[in-house]
Amino acid sequence: MVAQSRPILEGSHSAASSMKIKLKVWRQKGPDADGKLVDYTLNDVSPDMSFLEMLDVLNESLIRTGQDPVDFDSDCREGICGSCGIMINGKAHGPLAGTTTCQLHMRTFRSGDEIVVEPWRAEAFPVVRDLVIDRSAFDRIIVAGGFISVNTGAAPDANAVLVPKQNADMAMDAAACIACGACVAQCKNASAALFVGAKVSHLALLPQGNPERSRRAIRMVQQMDAEGFGSCSNEGECEAVCPKGISISNIARMNREFTKASFGGTR
Amino acid sequence: MSESLRNNGRIWVPKNKGDRRPPNAIPEAERDYYLERKYPSFGNLVPRDVASRNAKEVCDDGRGVGDSGLSVYLDFRDDITRLGRDVIEARYGNLFEMYNRITGEDPYAQPMRIYPAVHYTMGGLWVDYQLQSSVPGLFVLGEANFSDHGANRLGASALMQGLADGYFVAPYTVPDYIASTRFTDAPVNHPAFNEAATRVDDNLKHLLGVKGKTTPREFHRRLGHLMWDYVGMARNEVGLKKVLSEIPALRDEFWRDVSVPGSNDYMNQSLEYAGRVADYLEFAEVMALDALERAESCGGHFREESQTPEGEALRDDENFAHVAAWEFTGVGTAPVLHREKLDFENVHPSQRSYK
Ligand code: SF4
Ligand code: FES
Repeated sequence: MVAQSRPILEGSHSAASSMKIKLKVWRQKGPDADGKLVDYTLNDVSPDMSFLEMLDVLNESLIRTGQDPVDFDSDCREGICGSCGIMINGKAHGPLAGTTTCQLHMRTFRSGDEIVVEPWRAEAFPVVRDLVIDRSAFDRIIVAGGFISVNTGAAPDANAVLVPKQNADMAMDAAACIACGACVAQCKNASAALFVGAKVSHLALLPQGNPERSRRAIRMVQQMDAEGFGSCSNEGECEAVCPKGISISNIARMNREFTKASFGGTR
Repeated sequence: MSESLRNNGRIWVPKNKGDRRPPNAIPEAERDYYLERKYPSFGNLVPRDVASRNAKEVCDDGRGVGDSGLSVYLDFRDDITRLGRDVIEARYGNLFEMYNRITGEDPYAQPMRIYPAVHYTMGGLWVDYQLQSSVPGLFVLGEANFSDHGANRLGASALMQGLADGYFVAPYTVPDYIASTRFTDAPVNHPAFNEAATRVDDNLKHLLGVKGKTTPREFHRRLGHLMWDYVGMARNEVGLKKVLSEIPALRDEFWRDVSVPGSNDYMNQSLEYAGRVADYLEFAEVMALDALERAESCGGHFREESQTPEGEALRDDENFAHVAAWEFTGVGTAPVLHREKLDFENVHPSQRSYK
């Protein structure tokens, strides 16, 4: 894999004093309920906490005082599963480049800061509750074509299919997409082009992806449109917030794949 | 952090207890590269269970570093000098960045601080050679079953098992089961369905009805500490017996005092979490029981009473060359042990040595 060079952050590790954080958190009881921003103050936040740990602490105190905790999704908490996306001060996954919400630490903020915390907002990602959104539109796009068909029972030798190093690297970079949806959330059109571009590219670049290549491009793009994602107008907001540094050149590749497939590819 | 980092990093702690100087200020002569010292031929590349136990040992000895004293240094200085920063960055750039995000420290300029953590678990659900569990028609593939792993279960061996089960076993055994079984209709008004649905519903209502004072997370944390202390990297009879009385007590307390907000008519994350913690409180007990019953050391299961003079895991093949499959008989009642003998025809188990 080509190492993505992102800046090593300067920071001082210390048993630093605790921080005071003011939160404005989006609360919404269900998909059809009205939501609103609710204020909370935490007086004892450690700079070494992750953003999600800070929310855990908030929730513990809410439960202890008989209130409903703030629901949010997370799983791996190490930047690989893609389930934790939150809008933080209007930026998907918060202020740090190349960083998922779960990898964002409170030392990025200052004591006394006010932080606005909201769910992804896009028509195709309905809010389930509080900060939890339904990203199954992405799953349906993958089901439409984001796979390869192979025979099980016997595997070819690993070196029987040759892949140029450059293609392998590009495919690997595209495969780094964790389907978090930040690209959609940040885009003013709520376009899913970066996500679909990454998935189409990943497989189009590899020989194993070739047999279903045309069909895949057409079906995934059609499904993306059917889910109600907007169109891409080349703003580049997606690339700027993508925690995995997916390049917008993948959108160009998806467009090429789709155009080629529409003229004469097999469906 | 990933185990692969040990390929280019050197692990050390200060020679002297309580040395609080920053790592780069500790001279070479006052560093103890303990893995290189104890295992000259394998050095920093000893398997995970050995590396973990040794890290714990030096920390228990008061030579751990960082604020908590619960970490050891993983130092890339020498290989950065030898190979260049570019090479190290190409190999581990993403991991270094991940570390930097967590700690705010720059691992290119100062050593990482690492400590063993629970990662994969050994064992799993019992399956037969078809990968079918004791529930007919329920096949268990990959890491979820008990069947294939060595002294350690790492990312790569869990991945291998997932691929092997998925590529080579299940494509034959599952269709065989489907083709050779006569299925009857199982509509949602089937008595078994109703019974299961009622049981789940009762369970949820029970969790919500306790209305105690302690959050599920607090119970999870307390159980985690018990497991870490007594069913962790090194176990002994006294500790295991102690924890086997503490887990049921904690479970009783959970059902008396857990506080689960909200109701069960929407996606209630706290309720889901409480359900998981309730499961853990049952499962922890069988893990401890199994560890107590297996009075030998075997790979990652290190019983302090069973070690070689050099402090390595000492197996007892005479008495323990078997799989221990525990049959669930209900919460709080003793599970039944089924021993499945292990036969070794071609390759025979021997004593590991990394000296
Ligand atoms: S392209 Fe980037 S932002 Fe979009 S889903 Fe993938 S990882 Fe997330
Ligand atoms: S919780 Fe998995 S990426 Fe954040």
